[in-house]
Amino acid sequence: MTAVLEVRDIAKSFGGVHAVQGVSFDVHEGEILGIIGPNGSGKSTLFNCILGQLAPTRGEVRIDGRNVSGKRPSELNRLGISRTFQLLQVFPQLTVRENLILAGQEHKGSRLGRLFGARDAGLGAAADRMIDFFRLGHLAHENAGGLSYGQQKLLDAAMAFMAGPRLVLLDEPAGGVNLTMLASLKERLQAINRETRATFVVIEHNMEFVMALCSRIIVLAEGRIIAEGEPAAVRRDPKVIEAYLGH
Amino acid sequence: MADFLQLLISGLATGAIYALAAIGFTLLWQTSQTINFAQGEFVMLPAFFALVAMTWLGLPFAVAVVIAIVCSMLVLGLMFKVVVVQPLIKQGVLPLVISTIALSVLLKEGVKDVYSAEAQPFPTLFPDVTLSVAGVAVSLAQVGVLVVAFGTIVALQWFLGATRIGRQMQATAQNPTVARILGVPVERMILYTFLINAVLAAMASILISPIYLAKFSNGESLGLAAFVAAIVGGFNQVRGAIVGGLLIGVVDNLAAAYVSTSYRQAVPLILLVAIILFRPQGLLGRREERAV
Amino acid sequence: MISPRLAWLLVALGALMLVLAPIDLTGIGIPYPGLKRYGTYIMTLWLVTAIAAMGVNLIVGYAGLETLAQAAFVGIGAYVTALMVKAGWPFGLAFLASGVAAFAVGIMLGFPALRVRKHYLAFVTLAFSVLAWLVFRNEQWLTGGVMGIGDISRPTLFGHTLRRHVDFYWFVLAITAVLTFALWWIIRSPWGRAFTALRENPIRAESLGVDVRLYTLLAFAIGSAYGGLAGSLYAPLVEFIDPNPFALGPSLLFMLMVVVGGAGRFAGPFVGAAVAVLLPEWLRFAEGFYLLIYAVLVMTMMAFCPTGIMGLAERLLPARRRPTAAATAPLLGEAKP
Repeated sequence: MTAVLEVRDIAKSFGGVHAVQGVSFDVHEGEILGIIGPNGSGKSTLFNCILGQLAPTRGEVRIDGRNVSGKRPSELNRLGISRTFQLLQVFPQLTVRENLILAGQEHKGSRLGRLFGARDAGLGAAADRMIDFFRLGHLAHENAGGLSYGQQKLLDAAMAFMAGPRLVLLDEPAGGVNLTMLASLKERLQAINRETRATFVVIEHNMEFVMALCSRIIVLAEGRIIAEGEPAAVRRDPKVIEAYLGH
Repeated sequence: MADFLQLLISGLATGAIYALAAIGFTLLWQTSQTINFAQGEFVMLPAFFALVAMTWLGLPFAVAVVIAIVCSMLVLGLMFKVVVVQPLIKQGVLPLVISTIALSVLLKEGVKDVYSAEAQPFPTLFPDVTLSVAGVAVSLAQVGVLVVAFGTIVALQWFLGATRIGRQMQATAQNPTVARILGVPVERMILYTFLINAVLAAMASILISPIYLAKFSNGESLGLAAFVAAIVGGFNQVRGAIVGGLLIGVVDNLAAAYVSTSYRQAVPLILLVAIILFRPQGLLGRREERAV
Repeated sequence: MISPRLAWLLVALGALMLVLAPIDLTGIGIPYPGLKRYGTYIMTLWLVTAIAAMGVNLIVGYAGLETLAQAAFVGIGAYVTALMVKAGWPFGLAFLASGVAAFAVGIMLGFPALRVRKHYLAFVTLAFSVLAWLVFRNEQWLTGGVMGIGDISRPTLFGHTLRRHVDFYWFVLAITAVLTFALWWIIRSPWGRAFTALRENPIRAESLGVDVRLYTLLAFAIGSAYGGLAGSLYAPLVEFIDPNPFALGPSLLFMLMVVVGGAGRFAGPFVGAAVAVLLPEWLRFAEGFYLLIYAVLVMTMMAFCPTGIMGLAERLLPARRRPTAAATAPLLGEAKP
């Protein structure tokens, strides 16, 4: 198995605060890796460093063995890395379908070609398939801002998959989603993982969700990895229990 | 050298006046996210309150000055907040910006139509005497302006730092939500900020009008100077506005003497662009971590 | 709202009325005497203003950026055209050069602003606006300084001079139609979707592969180019240019115009330009007080209907939900610079 994503000794400080202190791990093709940890353990900062949203203080990120440190989020996205956000991030004034087309259009053809080409950049059919896949069919032409919270979460996830990414980083996909929607989200994510062999990295607070979804879990506390392994093993690890209870 | 010192002193004098306007601009931004595009007109108008009191009502200058300050507090403080800013604050920054641009047109055209389109001479608070100190000619009027402007600034700094209301105002400026939780009467603090801005504008108006004459169109250059001073100093810092104001006054004066009179206005603007390029947080601002 | 077919019909009808506006129709039984010389001139000025305002609308209404320099770009276009026409170049070339010049300056201006936070584009454009005006005023050898440039001749088309107001009006109308169509095309293309995305959520857009910096520059440069093209038509319209119409004040008025018309609404700039250019002519009785009334109207409108006249019309017309790219959310929301 080759590593799709290699994180090497990433560290990030804000002023005197060391949010992430030398984290390294690999993610393999087709894997669903979970990253958990108490509040303030550096999960989101780590994500933002991997994704070019923040510049890490030191360390290196490699995609398919290629160093991509210092690339901007849009460049990383066009290399096949996609993400969702912890807080809702859809385009409220665009319809569901337009949101999805937008999520794919920068991967299709040349920029000038898109100006003179078709309005949907040739992505209409793909967007419709994605809408069906996430069971948003009845909402395709609604403005995204009018959707319920859970529906927007689904749309957010659907957008991350629109360009057929190799690697998807999901930042608390289950946060604020009700139980029915949660089951549906988990099942859809696993279906995509099976179908496309896309690799996932998931940050999550909801233990049930992450244990059921992920094949391997990394536990962060105070900016360092304190445990790593299969869900069942991590759950029993005394260091993990201590990190959560001690917090 | 004597020339240079003279230019420096007169630059500091106008700069101190710019600083007054810039401080008000910054305070409004901090407490109510109001980018006041009418700030220049706020400095233009109070002189006309005084002129109306003197020429139409025949009152002495000293009384007229007091009337100008009180009218400013009512019109540019209270009315501005209640009539213009309050209904718009929930609409976001742009509608409020547009509204203050319209307000600047309103004040400018209003003064032109109601009072006069001509530049009006304005009495000075200080005797027009020039002293010679070690070969440098120093005008007493300039020293007076410096003293009054700095006195105002020091008093304001003392008020903000040492009094209970002042500290509550600072808390409101830094984080209104937390301030509210801590029991600060946020709405009243915001009103005080508007009143202080009005007083600062009135002071600036009375100090600058003897130099530039009182004219309806003065607000354009004054507003620009305050705006540039606030950004150059560091957009959300009162200290920054003071340094920015003084710097712009001096730079403007030196540019007029040593660069060219026709491009004197350009120098502060180029300074502004340079600051935005190389030190966007302003001279005294703190750098913020930025996503994307 | 109205159906697309009805909308097209209305657009066609409106275009026909604009074409016929200067013609005396009493001969064919319609009691309409046609516009006089001055009326035609004002209508042309309205079109030219609307072109520049369309550019502002792209920048402000669609891409969610800020510009306080559109009058300066109009000035660049006007001076480029005036100088080239006076030097004997054909108008067509001068027109293109005006657009290209404004586009290029727009790109250069956008760069510094990209490095920094949101409202700084507004600050940079404000500084540029004043700097450009200083150059127009001070570089007498080139621009004639405050004396301006006079006797700017109107173009000829297929050997036919457009010196008459009516001919020039039709010429400007045709160009306006082309530019309107071009902007409509851009806005409904994937580019327009990307512009809207960077208005609504630049961080999310960036994470979806939208090159936010490039699209910011493009929106700003295209919008500025519309200013340049408007200026290129303005110079031969008024036949004399001086620095005053290109100062900071007029730039701010462009911003007002677009927001009053309805930022992010396609027809907004035409409505806003009509309020700014045509209304004062009809309100002649108000004379010097027009700007006062206008200012009060703008302030009232911002308080009660910040989506402008088009937004108000949408609210008043029988409501039918439709996909729209228009902003009803607070513009520029919460962002602190």
